Amino acid sequence: MEKKLLSGNEAIARGAWEAGVVLAAAYPGTPSTEILENIAKYKDIYSEWSTNEKVAFEVALGAAFSGKRSICAMKHVGLNVAADPYFTASYTGIEGGFVIVSADDPGMHSSQNEQDNRNYAKFAKIPMLEPSDSQEAKDFVKAALEISEKYDTPVLLRITTRIAHSKSIVELLPRTEAPQKPFPEKNPKKYVTIPAHARVKRAKIEERSAALAELSEEIPLNKEESGGTELGFITSGISYQYIKESFPEAAVLKLAMTHPLPFKKAGAFVKKMKRTVVVEELDAYIETELKARGITVEGKNVIPVLGELNTDIVRNAIKDIRPEKPAANIPVRPPALCPGCPHRGVFVVLRELGLRVVGDIGCYTLGVLPPLSSIDWQVCMGAGISMVQGIEKAWKDAPAEKIVGMVGDSTFFHSGITGLIDVVYNKGKGTLFVVDNSTTAMTGVQDHPGTGRTLMGEPAEKIDIKEICRACGVKEVYEVNPHDLDELYDIVEKAVASPVPSVIITKLPCVLLRFKAKERFVPIVIDQEKCIGCKTCLSVGCPALSFDTEKKKMIAIPFMCVGCEVCSALCPVEAHMHNGERIRPKRKHKIRGKK
Amino acid sequence: MNKIDILIVGVGGQGVILASEILSDVGLKAGYDVKKSEIHGMSQRGGSVSSDIRFNKNKVFSPIIPAATADFILGFEKLETFRALPSINEKGIIISSDFRLDPMTVSTGAAQYPAAIEETIKKTHGKTYFFNEEGIVKKIGNPKAINIYILGALASFLEIEKDLWTDVIKSRVPPATVALNIAAFNEGMDIAR
Ligand SMILES: Cc1ncc(C[n+]2csc(CCOP(=O)(O)OP(=O)(O)O)c2C)c(N)n1
Ligand code: SF4
Ligand code: SF4
Repeated sequence: MEKKLLSGNEAIARGAWEAGVVLAAAYPGTPSTEILENIAKYKDIYSEWSTNEKVAFEVALGAAFSGKRSICAMKHVGLNVAADPYFTASYTGIEGGFVIVSADDPGMHSSQNEQDNRNYAKFAKIPMLEPSDSQEAKDFVKAALEISEKYDTPVLLRITTRIAHSKSIVELLPRTEAPQKPFPEKNPKKYVTIPAHARVKRAKIEERSAALAELSEEIPLNKEESGGTELGFITSGISYQYIKESFPEAAVLKLAMTHPLPFKKAGAFVKKMKRTVVVEELDAYIETELKARGITVEGKNVIPVLGELNTDIVRNAIKDIRPEKPAANIPVRPPALCPGCPHRGVFVVLRELGLRVVGDIGCYTLGVLPPLSSIDWQVCMGAGISMVQGIEKAWKDAPAEKIVGMVGDSTFFHSGITGLIDVVYNKGKGTLFVVDNSTTAMTGVQDHPGTGRTLMGEPAEKIDIKEICRACGVKEVYEVNPHDLDELYDIVEKAVASPVPSVIITKLPCVLLRFKAKERFVPIVIDQEKCIGCKTCLSVGCPALSFDTEKKKMIAIPFMCVGCEVCSALCPVEAHMHNGERIRPKRKHKIRGKK
Repeated sequence: MNKIDILIVGVGGQGVILASEILSDVGLKAGYDVKKSEIHGMSQRGGSVSSDIRFNKNKVFSPIIPAATADFILGFEKLETFRALPSINEKGIIISSDFRLDPMTVSTGAAQYPAAIEETIKKTHGKTYFFNEEGIVKKIGNPKAINIYILGALASFLEIEKDLWTDVIKSRVPPATVALNIAAFNEGMDIAR
């Protein structure tokens, strides 16, 4: 049998293919993105980047209603967006197996919050599986599809960043096509959730939950690994690995099906042990459930509730060791907008004009960090438009300071359009940016409805953001190259002063796309004679600029700089050179304040 | 060796991930159980990047190397090597570039780049090999092959057949750069000499 090192995400993709899935849909989001990127390599599966997670869920649900096996994947916060169909799909059930992958991000490596989506399984009464390595990630897709079909329910496959992005060895199998079913007969009592039907289904859910609880007791995936009787652990997901490494001899009840939980099995296990600790990341999900059934366990009294666990944290927590933290004073190296990033020009101008900014999620959120320090508020995808409306209306259309909103192009399609319609309909006058870099950059440059290409690599209709804005009733729509700071400055000034809503679309591709297209870049050179070491140009926050502390001169690192000249527009002494010529900007841009 | 834990550190865009991909494939082919973990998923370059690679003749559980147990640190930038120090075990081997890339916090003056990193590390860790980035790039002819050079340096301390390494490298680097990368690998194998 062929063995390969696969990440959890690659393994889920493989599992979907092997198990005969015919349709997969997702919206990108770390740490889930690679699931669909890898599914797209299997030509037996139709796959798509949907506009957002709710759409992805519904596309996959449609396939499942029609009798075909399907899967959708999203990051944890994506399930918030898809929550509406998610809860009611629990009522309808399905015809073909239906799996929802939720990729949670303990430690918030790349997320705005740390929500524990295991709660969603209990909340919607949907069964849940949690793999603890890549082999299980692959196997559990198949198991989830089988449970889905046998018990007439969607199934949640819950992973975390360490499962999604770690690689381990997986045995590969061939694809097995799912049994062919005819197109389903009409069945409105099941699939049309008018209250009269839903009430009947509501009672059925309780029956299903009871059957699933039985399954959880019997399923071999919930297994006891015997050890001593002094200390036992109940665990699931990645935490299992940390236990095995720190306490190789201990007894472990390893749970794979974590909703419903196998209470009888857990009770019997705990009875045998002198001490049982539930080891789980984030919420006391398993612990609380066990305690509610009168099963005495420890858990969050010793195991941290914040962030990721690891072998050291688990060992120290159980043994009550408190290691001293070495107080190393090592400068951090946070990510920054790439050299040549199209978003940089926008922030330079917004900062110069002293505007307050409602931001959104994407690479451009990095505009919050010093030295750009431009973003004031940011919550979730789409809020970069709607919150502007709230601020302006609350201050009777005249906030003390000038506000602008901002979304990326992918975010605009995801959930920006509804907010924009709200602004126009409710007589707002917001100045709204769509920072269009022709891609979903943050998550690794994925296509979206504006790029003219599908996930499966086919050419597609390029949906025009400008036309959408106009169709939504926006009268002032501007398009501008964000590296033309002079023009951008003038447009923003005009738009902010205008009494009607305006959209400024800044259009320039993400540099990663330009690298992919093998574009050649010529770096700028900073004339060391002329440079006065004032660091003004460094205020654009470009990682390609470096200050030579001995010579007190700025240099542009040749292998990093792409020669976008945004920093050069700030140099007070015209020390920057490009292609052998001195850069003489028409207007010198300042760090803050108009004059 | 029954267990080999290797931590690779650097800055986004330097080739840390490719090096860890090659290394983990070599481990698999050499008959080890292998796990590898890194945090990725942000596109922008320039942030700290690290990858944990774990080989074991029996079984690897956690994909993350526990504190003070790494057998090797491979560093692509010396501040990142310095940051990774708490991971290495007492007898561990550190192979690092002397390359310095200031983080934004240092450039703006908000923080300082630690002085004398190489000397500080060598004081506490005998088996430390810093190579001169500029000199090596001149020798191997391309800065992009530094990651393969570092793998060559690592290979000189491991008992894994050389053919295994070169086979995997050939299958992973762009075809036009195979000769260059193999030369970089061979150069790396000489690091301890
Ligand atoms: C509901 C939800 N889904 C997905 C994500 C993950 N995510 C964060 S930013 C982003 C893409 C943003 O793309 P775009 O708006 O075009 O900005 P760019 O990164 O290209 O600058 C995604 C998918 C999220 N944070 N929330
Ligand atoms: S990946 Fe693209 S959009 Fe993101 S910071 Fe880099 S250049 Fe900017
Ligand atoms: S021109 Fe300036 S801002 Fe643009 S990439 Fe080079 S150093 Fe960075």
